[in-house]
Amino acid sequence: MILAVLEVQDGALKKISYEVLTAARAADEALAAGGVAALVMGPGAVQAAQGVPASAAHEVLCAEGDTLSAYAGQAYAQAVLAGAEAASAQVIVFGATAFGRDIAPRVAAARSAGLLMDVTELFAQEGCLAARRPVYAGKALAEVQAAGPQAVAAVRPNAFAAQAQGGPAAPARALAVEVDPASVRARVREVRREAAGRAELSEADVVVAGGRGLKEPANFGLVEDLADALGAAVGATRAVVDAGWRPHHEQVGQTGKTVSPALYFAVGISGAVQHLAGMSSSRTIVAINRDAEAPIFKIADYGIVGDALEILPKLTEEVRRAKS
Amino acid sequence: MNVVVLVKQVPDTATRIKIAAGGAEIDRQGVNFVVNPYDEFAIEEAIRIKEQHGGQVTVLTVGDAKAEEALRTALAMGADEAVRVDAQVQDPMTTARAIAFALRDLSPDLVLAGKQAVDDDQGQVGPLVAALLDWPQVTVVTKLELTGEGGVAEREVEGGIEVVEFSLPAVITAQKGLNEPRYASLPGIMKAKRKEIRQISADASVTGEPAVRTRSLALPSARSAGKILTGMDAPAAAAELVRLLHEEAKLI
Ligand SMILES: Cc1cc2nc3c(=O)[nH]c(=O)nc-3n(C[C@H](O)[C@H](O)[C@H](O)COP(=O)(O)OP(=O)(O)OC[C@H]3O[C@@H](n4cnc5c(N)ncnc54)[C@H](O)[C@@H]3O)c2cc1C
Ligand SMILES: Nc1ncnc2c1ncn2[C@@H]1O[C@H](COP(=O)(O)O)[C@@H](O)[C@H]1O
Repeated sequence: MILAVLEVQDGALKKISYEVLTAARAADEALAAGGVAALVMGPGAVQAAQGVPASAAHEVLCAEGDTLSAYAGQAYAQAVLAGAEAASAQVIVFGATAFGRDIAPRVAAARSAGLLMDVTELFAQEGCLAARRPVYAGKALAEVQAAGPQAVAAVRPNAFAAQAQGGPAAPARALAVEVDPASVRARVREVRREAAGRAELSEADVVVAGGRGLKEPANFGLVEDLADALGAAVGATRAVVDAGWRPHHEQVGQTGKTVSPALYFAVGISGAVQHLAGMSSSRTIVAINRDAEAPIFKIADYGIVGDALEILPKLTEEVRRAKS
Repeated sequence: MNVVVLVKQVPDTATRIKIAAGGAEIDRQGVNFVVNPYDEFAIEEAIRIKEQHGGQVTVLTVGDAKAEEALRTALAMGADEAVRVDAQVQDPMTTARAIAFALRDLSPDLVLAGKQAVDDDQGQVGPLVAALLDWPQVTVVTKLELTGEGGVAEREVEGGIEVVEFSLPAVITAQKGLNEPRYASLPGIMKAKRKEIRQISADASVTGEPAVRTRSLALPSARSAGKILTGMDAPAAAAELVRLLHEEAKLI
């Protein structure tokens, strides 16, 4: 069995959860592991479980309770281990999100299992789970293989197509998790959310990102206009974040977010390797840069050589027209 | 406060990657090696903790003799002691076991690591060490405050910041934003040169077998040459780009 560990927010499954279900099925098909079970944990788990289609999982295990009321890696890891036990899972699949990256190593260590981290593809090799993953900031791709039949994987957001929603829900079952409070020595006390508005960067299907080529912070209004016309999230380079033009949570790259949208606009961005590390797995890349030699054009599918400040307003106009 | 910082030597991020003959490693010839940038944040934080709360900073690496260069850089920044666990770097699990083994001896109050090493981009070793020692962890930390028995850390998550309360001993992994790493001073560099680096050996009886094997390394297939519009005025270029995205890429 494959255990798909899903993420819940405000009583609903997050987008990554549907990608994890797809990845779990890929692992199941590769290993002929006997099916997929899903696990939802924490506040709103029972409600969110209804979002798991029967076509994606045999059953959904729901773990709620006081010890899971706020995120605590040690408590949640115990819940995942209990879920894996209950489902007789050989492989556990997470999203490579802040949550999955935090907890997957703990689960892997407890099971002495290999962890395939931040993978973009899953398959089998010699009867064990194997994967492809970007390394060296995306400058190379490694093929890695778990050393034994027990494995854990964390899949890069947007690398796997989301499982279709709808249809009858998978049957849900409560999972009792006994956690000794003394074993939990780190716990989230507070979550400060960014003001919602545009799509969340790491989940967005379209991202419009700007760099130092925009010349001054006020010109980011042009980036926001195009993003709004496209229903996109706004991203930024470290150069403009460090300069205080944009908030840190918009930073794309090695020290910021990793994104793999269907469409990525790089506007006034040179294409430094640390920036590419965060966006080079985007499906289609559009570059707008004044310098025809800018490295970003090497990975661009489409591009315009020209002044972003002139092009952006026209582009927004054309997109609005195309959409209406 | 007795702090251990986990430090890894990695190729400079600007390195052009070439794959070695075996096909599973990079060609190290001519590569410039540096301290993993995220470990620099960890070293800086440890030195600040010492300056504020007293105690000692020990930097620790798992690797061969060459990796001692990274330890000397950390000593030059202001770390007090350096330890090299003499073991081959194979995968995150064996590295973490070697580190956990050495830490039992060093018994720190706090372990700081980088959020990820920029060569293998795993981000596994910090949390694996925490798990092996049954310590709490806070990963991807941009702010850290210690209060006697524990502390409060802020970590980046999608769509916001989590404020995490933890007790010591703990593992914290550093993200950019935590601080601005200092440069090594000249006296620091001189002192670091003379400093003795303690060695701990960790053979297979300590590290066990790797949990993950790298079978091959490949360069990503080159993206096919893009359609780059040049020499058009802004309105024409914008119209043509939207047409391509609409009709050809079917994305708008
Ligand atoms: C350890 C480390 C981690 C890092 N992490 C990150 C990271 O996570 N994310 C990140 O982005 N960077 C990161 N960097 C920084 C990275 O190396 C680059 O410095 C940065 O990405 C450059 O940002 P930029 O493209 O906005 O600016 P620049 O490199 O200055 O590029 C500006 C571009 O705008 C173009 N331009 C100028 N005027 C116009 C105009 N009018 N119209 C159109 N184009 C114009 C120029 O031709 C140029 O190509 C990191 C660096 C290090 C050392
Ligand atoms: N060989 C090593 N020696 C010491 N510390 C390491 C080693 N490998 C990784 N680390 C630490 O673990 C962090 C994450 O590394 P990784 O899991 O390889 O991405 C690094 O930033 C270091 O702090």
